[in-house]
Amino acid sequence: MPDFTLWDIFRNLLMAARWTVALSLVAFIGGSVVGLALLVLRLSGGPLVGRLVGAYVQLFQGTPLLMQLFLLYFGMAMLGVNTSAWIAACVALTLYASAYLTEIWRGCVAAIPRGQWEASASLALSFGQQFRHIILPQALRLAVAPTVGFLVQVVKGTALASVIGFVELTKAGGMIANVTYEPMLVYSCVALMYFALCFPISLYARVLERKLQ
Amino acid sequence: MPLQLDFWSIVVQWPLLLRGAVWTVGLTTIATLLGGTLGILCAWSRVHGPRPLRWLVGAYVELIRNTPFIVQLFFIFFGLPELGIRLSPAVASILAMTINLGAYATEILRAGIEATPRGQIEAAESLALSKAQVFTHVVLPPALKKVWPALVSQIVIVMLGSAVCGQISTEELSYATNLIQSRNFRAFESYIVGTLLYLGLAILVRSLLAWAGPRFVFGR
Repeated sequence: MPDFTLWDIFRNLLMAARWTVALSLVAFIGGSVVGLALLVLRLSGGPLVGRLVGAYVQLFQGTPLLMQLFLLYFGMAMLGVNTSAWIAACVALTLYASAYLTEIWRGCVAAIPRGQWEASASLALSFGQQFRHIILPQALRLAVAPTVGFLVQVVKGTALASVIGFVELTKAGGMIANVTYEPMLVYSCVALMYFALCFPISLYARVLERKLQ
Repeated sequence: MPLQLDFWSIVVQWPLLLRGAVWTVGLTTIATLLGGTLGILCAWSRVHGPRPLRWLVGAYVELIRNTPFIVQLFFIFFGLPELGIRLSPAVASILAMTINLGAYATEILRAGIEATPRGQIEAAESLALSKAQVFTHVVLPPALKKVWPALVSQIVIVMLGSAVCGQISTEELSYATNLIQSRNFRAFESYIVGTLLYLGLAILVRSLLAWAGPRFVFGR
């Protein structure tokens, strides 16, 4: 059996942490795109569409991310899609992030006074123009801090991909702990790396929030 | 091959699912009571405690809030035995959930406590109430009332997060779901049923707590 020095443990975890970062980025960017589409749908569509998007949000916020991962992993396989843990994790986390982001952004848009919509409508701007030129720039200012804050939740959420067998930071930690018989040390290092990823983002979100007030 | 779903083979396993749901609610209840208490103590120290304690509580809150729950759970269940602390899956789950909820509750409650008007505390002190009395009778109830919705959301999040505890073989709802799919190989259907049960529990717990708050926790 190979001997693991502290450096070996640390280096292997760092390699795996790249996958945590990659998964976080995919989920965050994918979630933003889907979330924005849902937001536009919700604002422009009728009450039925609004209710449907609301149900979508409720579904993802009211169930465990772990179950969502399992569902997608096994569901996609059942539909005949040849899936891997990486694809399933990407899709599940993207949908999960989109539900939260669309809800956060809806709140920001709702915070813009109705008069802004009405004023831009009276200037004969179309819905797309109203949203893009009048509402979005104002809502964006409000949205930055909570959106950055949510990124922390996405990074922590990627840890659950380890359960369906995707080798990211947590899974790598488990594997190394099994080889070295030093779970305490390994999981401390894993926690430290998550902290190193998340804490700066948390701090930045807090700075942004303070700047807004 | 056409898609064939067979939910009946899941429904007949309802005793297992019920047992899992009871476990999930039980774990959440215990963690809420312990974590809530921990949160109140920490929030008090964060606002009124001596400087080193304030710093220590701050570090605890940041450490927990910036690491995933599953890592906290694995650290407690797999890591602590190295120090000779061997916990059963259920106890490790409760400990992890308590520590996790405690950190979030600290931050939530602190906001409520800091929002207490100075005059109310001075009025209470002028009535010769002790420091502890001022906190429990004057500061805490309105603080709890103010942050109750945020606290309820956090409790629901912790309950949903407890699905991970099945990974260390705590026999809660996700464990039951896994067990069923390993028996009849109906993975997709059992996860649909399990997920819907979680959704039902989340809605139930949320409305129950929203109802119970004004009646039993902080008064109207």
